Amino acid sequence: MLSRVANAVYWMSRYLERAGNLARFVEVNWHLTLDLPGEGADAWRPLILASGDQNLFEERYGDCDAASVITFLCFDQDYPNSIASCLWAARENARAIREVIPYEMWEHLNVTYHMVRDAAKRPLDTVENPFDFCQEIKRRDFVLGGVAEDVMLHDEAWHFARMGRLLERCDKTSRILDVNCHRMLPDEGEHGPGFDSIHWSALLRATSALDAFRRCRGRISPAKVAEFLLLEHEFPRSVLHGLVHVQDSLQAVTGSRRGFFSHESERLLGQLCADLSYLTIQEIFDQGLHRFTDRLQTRMNAVDSHLGREFFGYLPEEPQTQVEQ
Amino acid sequence: MKFTGYDLGPFHDEMFAAPGTPRDGARLLLEKIESLPPGELLRRQQKAEQTLYDLGITFTVYGHQEGTEKIFPFDVLPRVVEAQDWDKLEVGLKQRIYALNLFLVDIYGEQRILKDRVVPREIIETAEGYLPACLGVKAPHGIWCHITGTDLVRDEHGVFHVLEDNLRCPSGVSYVLANRQLMKRTLPEVFAASRVRPVDDYPARLLDLLLRMAPEGVTRPTVALLTPGIYNSAYYEHSFLALQTGIELVQGQDLVVRDRRVFMRTTKGLKQVDVIYRRLNDDFLDPLAFRPESLLGVPGIMDAWRAGNVSLANAPGTGVADDKVVYAFVPEIIRYYLGEEPFIPNVPTFLCWRDRDRAHVLENLETMVVKAANESGGYGMLVGPASDAAQREEFARRIQANPRNYIAQPALMLSRAPVIAGDRFEGRHVDLRPYILHGGDVQVIPGGLTRVALKRGSLVVNSSQGGGSKDTWVLKH
Repeated sequence: MLSRVANAVYWMSRYLERAGNLARFVEVNWHLTLDLPGEGADAWRPLILASGDQNLFEERYGDCDAASVITFLCFDQDYPNSIASCLWAARENARAIREVIPYEMWEHLNVTYHMVRDAAKRPLDTVENPFDFCQEIKRRDFVLGGVAEDVMLHDEAWHFARMGRLLERCDKTSRILDVNCHRMLPDEGEHGPGFDSIHWSALLRATSALDAFRRCRGRISPAKVAEFLLLEHEFPRSVLHGLVHVQDSLQAVTGSRRGFFSHESERLLGQLCADLSYLTIQEIFDQGLHRFTDRLQTRMNAVDSHLGREFFGYLPEEPQTQVEQ
Repeated sequence: MKFTGYDLGPFHDEMFAAPGTPRDGARLLLEKIESLPPGELLRRQQKAEQTLYDLGITFTVYGHQEGTEKIFPFDVLPRVVEAQDWDKLEVGLKQRIYALNLFLVDIYGEQRILKDRVVPREIIETAEGYLPACLGVKAPHGIWCHITGTDLVRDEHGVFHVLEDNLRCPSGVSYVLANRQLMKRTLPEVFAASRVRPVDDYPARLLDLLLRMAPEGVTRPTVALLTPGIYNSAYYEHSFLALQTGIELVQGQDLVVRDRRVFMRTTKGLKQVDVIYRRLNDDFLDPLAFRPESLLGVPGIMDAWRAGNVSLANAPGTGVADDKVVYAFVPEIIRYYLGEEPFIPNVPTFLCWRDRDRAHVLENLETMVVKAANESGGYGMLVGPASDAAQREEFARRIQANPRNYIAQPALMLSRAPVIAGDRFEGRHVDLRPYILHGGDVQVIPGGLTRVALKRGSLVVNSSQGGGSKDTWVLKH
C-alpha cells in the first residue's frame, strides 16, 4: 500500500483513540469531583499533567479550574490534542484515505466531528455536565472500532490502523497510571496512608477497566491495579495486550515470523514485549512505578518513530509530522 | 404540495407540456408527489440535505478549522428524460466523441484537417490546450479522450444543443451516482413505480475502460487515479471513484519516474503503475514539461507516457478540442472525419477572432453571452441580458484586446424544471451533462448531471455560482 496512506490510516486511528481517552479522563475526573468535593481547585490538575501539555495550558489559561481544563481538553481548537482538534485531524486523515476506509467509518466519523463542533459552540453546557458529551464521544469511538473490526478489509491498512490505535492507547494508559501514582501512592508499593480505593477505582474507570478488573482481580489494591493495567494479557486495554497486538500487526505487514525481525521497529517492539511478558509487578515497583512508565513511554516512542521511517517514508531527521494543519 | 399555480413562463418546461398537463414520462411522478401528505415532500428534502451533510458530500471553504462546509444543493424533484429523446442524444453524443477523438489523433499526428484548411491552423496553434509536446505521440489504442462530460441545453422549442465539450477532467459524475442513491432513499415509492434506467454501473464501466488502456504486454495492470489532493474542490469525487473502482488514489508525491516508468511509493518499496486516470490539469501534470513551480505533478511523467510505458486518461493535450473557439468548428470536424451531418446542433456561435463576427458581437452585447475560450466554472463570462453598461464596456475592451480569446452566443431561453422554492414549486433553468466513455466503443451513461440555477431567473448553473443539482431519470422503452 502507499506509504502516505499507511501514514494517514495510522494517524487517523491514533487521533480517534486519543479523543476517546480524553473523554474518558474528563468524565471520570468529573465523577471524582462530585464524590470528593473537598479536594477543591486542584482536582483538575492531574488531567493537565497527564496531557503532557502543562506549559501550554498554564500559558493560556492559568488556573486549573474545571471550566478551563474542560474547555482546553475538549474544545480548544488551537490546542492540537484537544478532542475537537483530534477529531478534526482524524477526519482530515480519513478524508485523504476515503477510498481505503469503509464508507460507514467515514460517515460516522463525519457525524461525530459535527457533533463536537456543535458542542464547542456552547462549551459551558459541557463544563456544567460533561457526562453526556463524554459518553457520546466514547460510544461513537466504540462504534468506529466496531466498524474497523467488522467491515474493514483486514489488510495492511487495517494493521496500520490497529497499530496506531493500540500504541496510542498504551501511551495513554501508562500516562494516566503514572500521573495518578504520584497522588495515590506516595510510597510506591506500600499500602500506606496514600491508598485510596475511590481514586484507584476512578483510575480503572478512566481506562474502562473497572468491571473487567472486578471480575478477575476482586479487591482493589494499588499493586493489583497497576499489574492489571500494565501486564494483564486478557484485558484489551492493558499495555502488554496492546503491544503484543501491535507486534502481531507489524509481523503481518512485514511477513516476519515470531522471534525474527526484518525492521528495527520490529526488533525494538519484540524486545519490549518480551521484557513486559516476564516482569512481575513487584519488580516494577522495585524500580519505581514512575521511572518504569517513563522508560516505557520512551521505548514506545522509539517504536513509533521507526515505523515512520520504515513504512511512512519519513526521513530519519524529520520530526513526526502528523497531518498538515 | 401541489403544482397548482405553477408558472411555465415562455420556456420549455421539463415536466409540463402545458399548464396543468404533465409530459407523458412525468405523469406518474407528478401523481405520486401530489399524493404525499402535506409537508412530507419538504421533510424529505430536508432529510436528503442532512444525509449529504452526514456523508461529508460537501464543499469546503478552507481556513484552518474555521472552514465552513456547504453541501452541493440538491433538489429532490427528479428531471425526467423520455426514452425517445435519450435515444437521439445517445446517437448524437457518440458521433461527436468519435469525431473529436479522430480530430485529436490527427492534430497530434498528420494534421490533415489543418492542411485541408477545414480548421484554421492559427486557431489550433493559439489554443491554450494545444500541447506541442504531444506531437507525434501515438496514444495507446488510438484513444485520447476516454472520459467526456458534454454540456447540453434545451431551447424554447425543446431542442437539445451542445453548449460545450469537456474533454480534460470533467467532474460531477459522482453526484450522478450519489444523487441516485439519495433519491432511492428519499422517494422510494415514486422510484419503484417509474421505469428508470440504472446508472450504478458507471464505476464498473470506467474500471473496465481503464484496464483495457494498459500498455501492450501488461496483463495485470496497476491502475491509479491521480488527484491534486484533499484541498481540490473535486476531491470528494476522486476518492469516491477510487473507492468504487478499487483503484489506487494517488497524489503527485506518491509517484516517481525511473527509467521512463512510473512507480508509486508503497510500504514495500516502489511498485510500477500502468494506467493513470489523471484528474490533474495538463499544465500541472509534469513540472519538467510544463509549469516548473508546480508541486502537484510528477516530474518525468510526460516522458514515460511518450515512451508508451504508462497510459494516461484523458491523454494530455485533449484540451485543444474543448477550446471554445474550436468548439465552433465541431460541426465541420464531424463532417470532415465521418462524412455525416451533426446530429445534435451547436449553439450558434460568433468568433470574435473574425472581424465580421466581432463587429456583430460588439453591437449586440446586451443580447449575448460572451465566454472566454479557456475558462470554465462560469468564470470569465458576460451574460448580456443581465449585465450593466459598465460590465459591457469592460467586456468590449477585453474582446478588442484579445479577440482570439472570446466567443459569443445569443442568450438562449434555457429550458426550466420545477424546484422546491419554500412552500411551492417554481421553474428554474437547467442544463444536462451526460458522461461518455470511449474505450474503443463509445458508451453513454443513461442520465447525467442535471444542474439547476437555484437563483430565480439566473442562467448560470455552475456549482461555483450557486447552482444545485437534480437526479436525472432516463426512462426505459
